[in-house]
Amino acid sequence: MLTKTSFQGKLEKTEDLFIPFLVAGDPTPSMTIAFALRLQQQGADVLELGVPYSDPLADGPTIQLAARRALDAGMSLRKAIELVPQLRKHGLTIPVVIFTYYNPVLRLGHDQFFELLEENGVEGVLIPDLPFEESEEIRGQAESKDIEFISLVAPNSEQRIKQIAENAKGFLYCVSTLGVTGGENKMTGESLAFIKKVKEYSPVPVAVGFGVSTNEDVKIVREHADGVIIGSKIIRLIENELDKINSGEKSGALKSFSNSIAELVK
Amino acid sequence: MLQVFPDVKGRFGDFGGKYVPETLMGPLQELEDALDQAMEDQAFHDEYHHVLEEYAGRPTALTYADKISDYLGGAKIYLKREDLNHTGAHKLNNAIGQALLAKRMGKEKIIAETGAGQHGVASATVAAKFGLKCKVFMGEEDIRRQELNVFRMKLLGAEVVSVSSGNGTLKDATNEAIRYWVANCEDHFYLIGSVVGPHPYPRMVRDFQRVIGDESKKQFLEVEQELPNRIYACVGGGSNAMGMFYPFLEDDAELIGVEAAGRGIDTPEHAATLTKGAPGVIHGSLTYLMQDDNGQITEPYSISAGLDYPGIGPEHAHLFQTKRVRYESITDKEALDALRLLTEREGIIPAIETAHALAQAFKEAGSMSKDETILINLSGRGDKDMATLMEHFEEEV
Ligand SMILES: Cc1ncc(COP(=O)(O)O)c(C=O)c1O
Repeated sequence: MLTKTSFQGKLEKTEDLFIPFLVAGDPTPSMTIAFALRLQQQGADVLELGVPYSDPLADGPTIQLAARRALDAGMSLRKAIELVPQLRKHGLTIPVVIFTYYNPVLRLGHDQFFELLEENGVEGVLIPDLPFEESEEIRGQAESKDIEFISLVAPNSEQRIKQIAENAKGFLYCVSTLGVTGGENKMTGESLAFIKKVKEYSPVPVAVGFGVSTNEDVKIVREHADGVIIGSKIIRLIENELDKINSGEKSGALKSFSNSIAELVK
Repeated sequence: MLQVFPDVKGRFGDFGGKYVPETLMGPLQELEDALDQAMEDQAFHDEYHHVLEEYAGRPTALTYADKISDYLGGAKIYLKREDLNHTGAHKLNNAIGQALLAKRMGKEKIIAETGAGQHGVASATVAAKFGLKCKVFMGEEDIRRQELNVFRMKLLGAEVVSVSSGNGTLKDATNEAIRYWVANCEDHFYLIGSVVGPHPYPRMVRDFQRVIGDESKKQFLEVEQELPNRIYACVGGGSNAMGMFYPFLEDDAELIGVEAAGRGIDTPEHAATLTKGAPGVIHGSLTYLMQDDNGQITEPYSISAGLDYPGIGPEHAHLFQTKRVRYESITDKEALDALRLLTEREGIIPAIETAHALAQAFKEAGSMSKDETILINLSGRGDKDMATLMEHFEEEV
């Protein structure tokens, strides 16, 4: 049975979740704020705020390039976390999950990392290269600060699925296909069976991500899972607007971004 | 005790582990299970050693470098001749072991990353030998400076994939190989070229390279009746050094790992990971790496493609922390000088990677006494480096 999810009480819904991903600072921090607000308007339930990393092993070319743009503009783990109060100030009310590779966290130190998350009112954290076996300490720290540590589960997690799913917090991130982000979403009978199995064990909503890029994909995922996570596709929609943004047509860019998102999740 | 490391979580003291995306946890477990089984199977060991002897030409020689020893006027210098191994470097030892394991696991396709191209050539070679399909990921910059090896790989039937992210060197090639493996792990075996990456790779590669140290120990005892006082090896990811050092870890010999100082460790252009880096995670392993204050990995530099890597194997991080191995660094220029010296005095042209170990040993040999001994792991030959050497030496020669 699905228990009510939390994010410090800010997420009541347990189904039909729309969870978009943005790279903090791509192309600038102020544009990240503007895009986040548009996503909220279009029904986003949780925002995954990605911290750009030099060597993102789980990401394909789209997110690699976005990370490069953001790093070149000076983004860092600390600055990404400090962007959260800015987002709030501009009207973002949905929970925010900081998505970061592990090395920047280690560099900062676990204690300082969690202090920063707490100080800046972050509700969740996701570290894609910190699998269950390596995350015991961090999971404990997250729990004590009432921050949701989001776990991932993959089709080849096999006997570990049960352990990961039963311990899931916030929502469970179901990687629907093997591969890096930005590939094609191949929802086969096998992946549907996998999602079903994950849902049996998970006390929190099961959200599917990796390669969701069309309205058709969104509809299929909605039918079988509790939420849909969209990353690379949103980055590509932002890329489409870069020329406009660079030539000062910010409001036009945001408008057409909103329209594309509406089309994508209708 | 030697056998303790790595522990069940793949840790060498504080270092190692599996810091990988969830999709790789399954394939790594499958690999570990297959490896454990193979290592307990005498038939697997027999086959591995048979191929090493009959195909690779092992054992490689131990050469007394009398001219250099006399010239430097101190310790007696011996060279372990991995340059005489088939394909010209130690890399083949590991490639043979992993290829046999891939076959045992029923995987017909292998992928590999390469810097200097030596591991790529070794992988392409075993793929040809054992009838496997081979794809080698190589940075754009390395493709340029190791042109000859690129052609060798292609001639051997491998596909070479050019990687343009980052500086286009070994780090970037490794990223891309891992990403490809994530998507294709069901039927592909990832043949890593050094003692890096997530558990069980650092252990596996060490165990397939320890033949260097095992042979050296036996050969050295035969000629000198005692173990060397100091043993030197260059360190990129650290496989030739780990293979050489591992069988000596519990002996008295002083062990010295030599990193690349590039244009100097006080410039940003070096690859001296232990000397200048800090603990962190790279390519699935908790180890030392070169990074900035925000935890972003920084781009390394070395004249030698094989040492141009911002990380280092986790077992080296442990040996550094516990001070069992002393780590030094050598600049491009010092390495080139040592290369010239060995070439002219001994008639052996070493790889530029290897020349880093030579330079450190040559620095120290003169101040040692004549009854002391030095063993240097001559990890590979310099044929692949002719284009680079021509740029530097053509006018003088
Ligand atoms: C001849 C030679 N020595 C050393 C190295 C460095 O690798 P490792 O530190 O794993 O021995 C390389 C790598 O390409 C090499 O070709």
